[in-house]
Amino acid sequence: MQPALFIIFGGLAVAGALNLLFQRHPINSALSLVVVMMSLAVLYWSLGAEFLAAAQVIVYSGAIMVLFVFVIMLLNAGEEEHTHGSRAAYTVGIPGAAAIFCLLSFVFLSERDALKTANVGGDLGNGVDNISAVSSMLFTRQLLPFEVTSILILVAILGAVVLARKEQ
Amino acid sequence: MVPTAYYLVLAAVLFSIGIAAFLIKRNVITIFISIELMLNAVNLTFVAFAHMWHQVSGQIFVFFVMVVAAAEAAVGLAIIISIFRTRKTLNVDEIDLMKS
Amino acid sequence: MNSSPENLLWYIPLLPFAGFLINGTLGRKLPRALVSAVALLCTALPAAIVAWLWVLMRADGAPDLIPATVSQPWIQITGLTVNFAFTVDHLTLIMLGVVTGVGFLIHIYSVGYMAHEEGYWRFFAYLNLFMFFMSVLVLADNFLLLFVGWEGVGLASYLLIGFYFRKSSAANAGKKAFVVNRIGDFGFLLAMFLLIVHFGTLNFTDIFAAIGQHPEWQGVRFLTAIALLLVLGAAGKSAQIPLYVWLPDAMEGPTPVSALIHAATMVTAGIYMVARCHTLFDRSPVALTVVACIGAATAIFAASIGMVQQDIKRVLAYSTISQLGYMFLACGVGAYAAGIFHLLTHAFFKALLFLAAGSVIHALSGEQDMRNMGGLWRRIPVTFWTMTMGVIAIAGIWPWAGFFSKDEILYQTFVSPNHVGKLLWFIGLLTAGMTSFYMFRLWFKTFFGEPRFEQVAVEHHGAPVHASSTTTLTMEADPDEDLVASAHGVHESPWIMLFPLVILAILSFVGGWVGVPAALGGHNEIEHFLEPVFGSASAAPAATSGHGLELALAAVSLLVALTGFYFAYVLYYKKPGTAAELAGRAKPAYTILANKYWVDEFYSNFLVIPLMMFSRGVLDFIVDRGLVNGSGRAAGFVTRGFAWATRSQISGNIRSYAGWLAIGAAAVLAVMIFGRSLLVHP
Repeated sequence: MQPALFIIFGGLAVAGALNLLFQRHPINSALSLVVVMMSLAVLYWSLGAEFLAAAQVIVYSGAIMVLFVFVIMLLNAGEEEHTHGSRAAYTVGIPGAAAIFCLLSFVFLSERDALKTANVGGDLGNGVDNISAVSSMLFTRQLLPFEVTSILILVAILGAVVLARKEQ
Repeated sequence: MVPTAYYLVLAAVLFSIGIAAFLIKRNVITIFISIELMLNAVNLTFVAFAHMWHQVSGQIFVFFVMVVAAAEAAVGLAIIISIFRTRKTLNVDEIDLMKS
Repeated sequence: MNSSPENLLWYIPLLPFAGFLINGTLGRKLPRALVSAVALLCTALPAAIVAWLWVLMRADGAPDLIPATVSQPWIQITGLTVNFAFTVDHLTLIMLGVVTGVGFLIHIYSVGYMAHEEGYWRFFAYLNLFMFFMSVLVLADNFLLLFVGWEGVGLASYLLIGFYFRKSSAANAGKKAFVVNRIGDFGFLLAMFLLIVHFGTLNFTDIFAAIGQHPEWQGVRFLTAIALLLVLGAAGKSAQIPLYVWLPDAMEGPTPVSALIHAATMVTAGIYMVARCHTLFDRSPVALTVVACIGAATAIFAASIGMVQQDIKRVLAYSTISQLGYMFLACGVGAYAAGIFHLLTHAFFKALLFLAAGSVIHALSGEQDMRNMGGLWRRIPVTFWTMTMGVIAIAGIWPWAGFFSKDEILYQTFVSPNHVGKLLWFIGLLTAGMTSFYMFRLWFKTFFGEPRFEQVAVEHHGAPVHASSTTTLTMEADPDEDLVASAHGVHESPWIMLFPLVILAILSFVGGWVGVPAALGGHNEIEHFLEPVFGSASAAPAATSGHGLELALAAVSLLVALTGFYFAYVLYYKKPGTAAELAGRAKPAYTILANKYWVDEFYSNFLVIPLMMFSRGVLDFIVDRGLVNGSGRAAGFVTRGFAWATRSQISGNIRSYAGWLAIGAAAVLAVMIFGRSLLVHP
């Protein structure tokens, strides 16, 4: 079953990403990204990260992408015009992106055996379920970062409010 | 049954597509979206490795990445809104005040 | 007692060097009295040390040689070691006596002569620098250190000839002296290289000992080559044919400079070097013959030019070249002691003649043309009597100093086994006659007859005097001083200038008495004094041919000198217009002599101008402007291109930044993946 899951939802993710690339209207790109995130949630679940799968759906595609969609609608972003901005982006950037992809896949594929295989559900050992494991780690050893992130969010809220305010 | 390497290659593919979108697209918001795509690809990498090492700290890291991405999205979109107010354009090629 | 002489040797050059430093750096701000005091002290103390060395080395049982070495060698590489080392033997002692003694007297004279010049401190600084280098030259115990002194005196000569640097003729003369000397130095350098190749050392004692151990090296080619190259160097420094052309022009310098450097000391450095290397020269009859022939040729050549010169200093300059030719001749026939003896007496009377000429010039407020002098003997008596002593000495009239030394040279030339000996003797004899003639001509024209300067002073009040066609005149004093002095009229020089003249006049009279040969009833002390250096080879011919020949030759040379006096008397005193009449009748000969055989013009057209054209065309145009400038500009071009490439990155466009980021990230990844092994392994 796992190979099937992987192929279907992996392919869906890639298709969504390509759609993001080729669409001209930003709202279509945003919606394609939602598709990608959903597929990734399924993949997370197949790798044994249930909590993250849920968080992905709720937080990422449910909140962040909605924010994006709101902003697109607010700013009334239309279809993209063709302007010639920079040649460097194409002449240097595309080869750079291609190079990064080739390098990464080269490394990963050549170490295929060392990286072992993934099993659905995954065994985290001690028979502990995923969410207990995550929360026990999060609230004991990583407590400080956890609290700091809440402050981070507070700062972000304040920043967003200040920046987006209309000039008085 | 699926080698971990394939998950990683999938993440690499998504990451590269994200970079390509960043370079090709002209709308500021679409560029932001491509950044989110790149972050997601990285998240997938982390989860795959966490699964491989049978540790949960990789997933904790993904948690933090998500939080930061949320904060960054909020602030970034606020900036875009304020830029839009002054420059009346969402075309990234026209936001070039730093040109020498 | 045994350690101090070596340490004292270092003070002889170092004291004048200290004087140079003090006067050179602080002299501009110091009062003149202090500058003179420093300079005189730094010359008097070495003279005192030399006097003490004399006492030391003349005592019974004294060593013939005092060495002094610095503990650390100067150059030390495999195959060659050169030390900073001084050594004093009898030859050095005579040279040191001349350098410090005559040098000190000239310093005293200069205090008076240069009293009204600007740049007073500069003059004494340079003079002290010269004393330093000359001492180093004479004291050195190896060729390289001698060469340091050799070059250094050339430098000091350049600085002092061009002392009136605002005058272009003086600056050019300095340049000419330096460049011509350089040609000689080139020969010297090549000789040193050959010495290193063949002997592996530059130390005098080592080389001469090595030569002594190989009697089969007589006439061998490499020794001849070394000797001939050394002769080239000596010809440059001692103004022999073909490198004499700088000395007449060097008269642009102040008169004390002419006296010290171009009469008594620097120009004798070549003779000293040949005498020092006599062991080497003795092994090469070819080189010795060359030396003798150059000496004789130069002597008669310069004397012929000196007969028609009108500038008093030019006459003395050509006379110096001629007398140096005599010394060269002496060395060339193996009579090194005679050559050094003539060097000694020449230092006395030539320095005297130059200083007295300076006194005459000073009295006439800058006049140097003898056609504008005359009738001075009553007005400047002390100058007159001292100069007379010098003139008689150089003419070689018994019992003044010049007679004994010149006569010794002529005798040794006559009896030398060299097959051109008799011819060279005859040339030397003719030259002696010409010397006597032109010196007495100078004497008569300057001091006797109509006071022609009075007309000139009336006509050209304060302005530079008219230039002649054969000589270039120099105004040594300020034009203002000329106005002041011509108002005062002809006056005798102050005592500070006359005192050295008197001392030198006494020495010119008695100086020859250290070399009275056995034939004339003396003991020839100087020859015996120099025996430890030159060996007693030169004494042998005297014993075999007996005293009769020597007496006869002495009588002949005396007669020739008196004949010269007679001709000068007739032409310039008894019937003053005769000289001009003779010149008119022998026009071609006179023109050749008056134009100095057109040697300077020849050199200029065939050597100097082609060299300058090559230098401008090739070296300046191609090398300097093309390569050197071009590489500088190319570097700038590359940098600007680089900057342009970098600058184009900062476009303000976000996407281009992203592009550069992507490629940068790829590069980092690549390094991390593939370069790890390169980075980790040492």
